[in-house]
Order: sequence, then structure tokens, then C-alpha cells
Amino acid sequence: MKRGMHIVVLAKVVPDPEGPPSSFEVDPAGRRVVARGIPPVINPFDENALEAAIRIKERARGTITLLSLGRNLSRAVILKAVASGADASVLVEDDSLDQALLDSRATAALLAAALRSLEPFDLLLCGRQASDSNAGVVGLGVARILGLPAVTFAQRVEVENGKVVVERVLSEGYEVVECSLPALVTVSGEVGDLRYPSLQAIRAAKELPQRVMKPQELGIDLPSPWVETVSLEPPRRERRCRLVEADSPAEAGEKLALLLREEKVL
Amino acid sequence: MGDIDREIMVIAEIDEEGTPTRLTLELLGLGRGLAPPEGGVSALVLGSGVEKACSELASRGAERVFFLDRPELTPYNPEVWTPLLEAFLRERSPALVLAGHTPLGQDLLPRLAFSLEAGLVTDCVGVRAREGGLLFTKPVYGGNALAGMRITTPLALATVRARVGEALPASGPGGELLPLDLDPPAEAGMAVRERHRLEASECPLEEARVVVSGGRGMGGEEGFKILRELARLLGGAVGASRPPVDAGWAPTTCQVGITGKVVAPDLYIAVAISGSSQHLSGMGDSGKIVAINRDPEAYIFQVSDYGVVGDWREVLPAFLSKVKELAAE
Repeated sequence: MKRGMHIVVLAKVVPDPEGPPSSFEVDPAGRRVVARGIPPVINPFDENALEAAIRIKERARGTITLLSLGRNLSRAVILKAVASGADASVLVEDDSLDQALLDSRATAALLAAALRSLEPFDLLLCGRQASDSNAGVVGLGVARILGLPAVTFAQRVEVENGKVVVERVLSEGYEVVECSLPALVTVSGEVGDLRYPSLQAIRAAKELPQRVMKPQELGIDLPSPWVETVSLEPPRRERRCRLVEADSPAEAGEKLALLLREEKVL
Repeated sequence: MGDIDREIMVIAEIDEEGTPTRLTLELLGLGRGLAPPEGGVSALVLGSGVEKACSELASRGAERVFFLDRPELTPYNPEVWTPLLEAFLRERSPALVLAGHTPLGQDLLPRLAFSLEAGLVTDCVGVRAREGGLLFTKPVYGGNALAGMRITTPLALATVRARVGEALPASGPGGELLPLDLDPPAEAGMAVRERHRLEASECPLEEARVVVSGGRGMGGEEGFKILRELARLLGGAVGASRPPVDAGWAPTTCQVGITGKVVAPDLYIAVAISGSSQHLSGMGDSGKIVAINRDPEAYIFQVSDYGVVGDWREVLPAFLSKVKELAAE
């Protein structure tokens, strides 16, 4: 490719999923989860996707655009991601883009419209699922709307002779899939963690092109949802634990076996 | 969507031996519980050499088994499967399509959702009929909340975890076998070049009745040996929380959690695992949970049925030899 690859990475800003359970406050009445005391981050699988994009760029040249959608998107989070190796960012941002209310249909439609307004791209990368909705639907939806082939669960993504070659994670191994470009690939954690940007890179990233769009500029009506959240509750996980009492750990191990046999668990 | 008044369709998965997976049978059982007496539950099988699987599905709750038996259908290629399923489902117009929350289900159903303009809930831990339609429940925010969802389109799609439904016992010859008259597309933008199995594990994790998992406290690759021995003894599989996988002590195919594999065995033994939300969300539906951990404050004890506070290096060998002794009796 003469102009080099243009890769777009779809990145969702989410509350840090590594935060302690107590920081995810469930508001049943508002049907939303409020994250308290934990910072927003880029969805970890989207970070993996960005890392995959950077590796492709290192080999095949080209540019990476980071595309995110939401409301009050953290500039610090976006900047840090851009600094790790992207060349530009595009944010579709509006108060109406409340992720607790947007379903995957609307999100995919908005992202697809935003992608149409960008310059042509060769490869779209995103995480296999977002850590908040845990759905894994939007990426494939975008591909469907744009009429692109899509490959899911990549543990390795390479571009060879104008095609994308993906190692795709399966239950008991992986398969190698080849796909024509442009295409969408959803990325799994096996790809590896996103590299850390240097402070210098973060400073430099401030000068990179950044575009902020309103959903109204995309020229589509927000489609009605196909799925509605009707309730939201904290998980019920607590069980009553019978602790094995013993004089030594070894004795406890033996007693555990006997107890499990007695209870017909073993 | 109103009450279920039309057929429920289960997309079947067939293992390498040509039998339907346990999860597929569970989906038939789940569908049976949701479907009206009329209309009922059907299975849809795409693949090659599916004859045996079809008769088993027919005897395990599928009133109709629609099948397409063609060599081009294996291995699974979404570019080949999607147009076929799209055409079939459009024509057949079921109320609900169920698939397993497996690599196949997770890849296929979002594609169908957008091409058929149908609502989809993935990773369901519950599907219940209730007034005004179906309620799908699924974990969100890394398992820190449980969402109840409703689908507003005439066709509803869902991917469902293991053990949500219960497989029905085989009974008689059962349902009708109905071959489909559809041609796979001649060309696909995507091709599967090769497949690799990572390790010949004795028992696939998602299907295992017993899972023995290790966490950060295993301290290294060496620690997983005894877990493997225990799993073998119990006829189960070995799992791991995320830290051992990140550290390379266990293969990624072993990771249990909302971003790894979701398991729901009869017995889950968590060794040196403290219990992050991500992990709990991947194994919390297990029948019985046993925790072995040095730290009495570890969260895992709050979500377990049985526990031992102690170092696994001392507890496990004694446990293992006692289990052996009991098994020999």
C-alpha cells in the first residue's frame, strides 16, 4: 500500500475494571452503576487492540486514529492512549451519549457513521468486549453496518500482502484466519498489554490532531434500542462457608476430603 | 415482545466426536421450559457428518431438528454460516434463538443481530418467562452488577452460559429430522488456514464437572502440577485465575473469569485464589465451591461453601492422598 495503512482503533472509556468491588455502586432505581473513587481508563481489551495496531504500524508504516464515543470523555485517558502510539483522535461526544442508556445498536450506528466521515481506513481494531457492558456486540455491529468482514478474538494480528492474518483464540487452542481488507478485528487479551508512553510522548501527543464531533453532525437519527435494561442489582454471591477446623494444615486437608465425602460433594 | 408464542430455536454445537455439546443439550432443556406446549423447541445444526448429533438432539428435547450437512460448513466460518442462518431464520421466524456463550456463539450471534435487526443479550446467566415477555439476566461491570434485560424486537437472540438450563434425559426417537435446502455461499472474504490445539487437556474446562483452579498464591508453574494431579484424580480440569496466566505459569486456555472462560462445574476448588470480581463472575455459578487459602480474610471464603485456612503446600498433599484413599474404598 503506497500511502501506508490507516488503522482506526475503537476505544471505550470505562471505569477501571480492576477497581475493588466496593467502588462499583449499584443504583437499582437509576438502573446504573456508579463508579466511586476509581479513575476512568480505556477498556483493557481496547488497549490490547491499540497495542496490536502499534505493532502493525511499526512493521507496515501507516497511521493510527483513536475513535471514542461517550459523554465527558476523560481527556487525560485519551491523551495517554494517543501518546502510546496513535497519530490522531476523534471523539464523538455529547451529554446524550450516556452509556447507561445507549444500547449496542445505537452505539454501533454512531460509530459506523463517524467512521464513514473519516478518511478511508484499511483496518478497524477494537477489544473483544467492553468491561462495563460485557457484551461483545458493538464491534461486529459496526462491521455489519459498514459491510466489512470481521474476525473476532485475535491473539495476534498481522498484515501480509494486503490481507489481515489473525490468530483467533478458540476454547482449546487457536486458528489462523486470513481476511481481505478493509476489515474489522476484535482483539483479545493474549495480544499483550499496551505499552506505556513516556512523559515526552504525552507532551508531544497534545499537539496531535484531535477532532471532537457531536452526534448531530453525523447525519443519522439515533436508532431506537433493541434491548432495554429493566433492572440492575448487586450480585448475590455470598455463601455460608464451613471452615474446616484442625490442629495442622495437613489434618485440615484430610478433614476436608472426609467432609466433602460426607456431604456427597466428592 | 409479548409472551412466547412462536418456536424457540437452539443453535447446536457439535464436538469433534460428532456429539452435541452438553451446553447445547442444556439449551434445549432451557428452551423447553420457556416454550409454549405448541410451537416448542427446535434445534438447528450446521456442519458435516452431523447425522448422529441430529438424532441425539431429536431424542433430547428438540421437536424438530433442522440440519444442513455439508463439508464446507466445518470448521466454522462466520462468512459461510451467517448468510445461511440469516436466510433460514428470516423464513422460519422463531421467537427466540439461543446459542451457547462460546467462541462460536459470541462470534455468530452479534452478526445475526445486526443483519436480522434483532435484539441480543450475550452471556446470560438466566432466561425467565415473566409477564410481558422474557427477562434475560447477565453480569455487567466485571460481575459487580447483575442486569435484567428485555428485548424489544420480534426476534430475540441470546447467548447463554453453561448450567443455566438443564439437559433433558433421552427419550424415544423424539423429534423430526428436517434437512435444509440451502447452498453455502461460493466465496467468503475470510478463510481458515489452519487450526492448533494447545494442549491435549483431559477434559475441556467449560464442560468439566470438577474444576481445580490455582491463583497467584501458587507461586509458580511448579504449583500447578499438584492441581493437575488432583484434577485428573477427580476427573476434572485445571483452571487458573488471571495472575498465573499473566505470569505464564498456566496457559491462557485455563483462565477462568468473565474475560476468560466461564465455568459452572458441580465442584469448584479454588486454591490460593483471593477472589476478584472478574474471577468470581466466571465461576460463581458452580454447584459447590471449596476454597483453600492462607489468608483467613480472603474474599473467596465469603463466596465458598467449604474452606480451609492454610498453605496449599501443606493442605493439598494431605487432601489429595485422602481423596485417593476414599476413592479406593
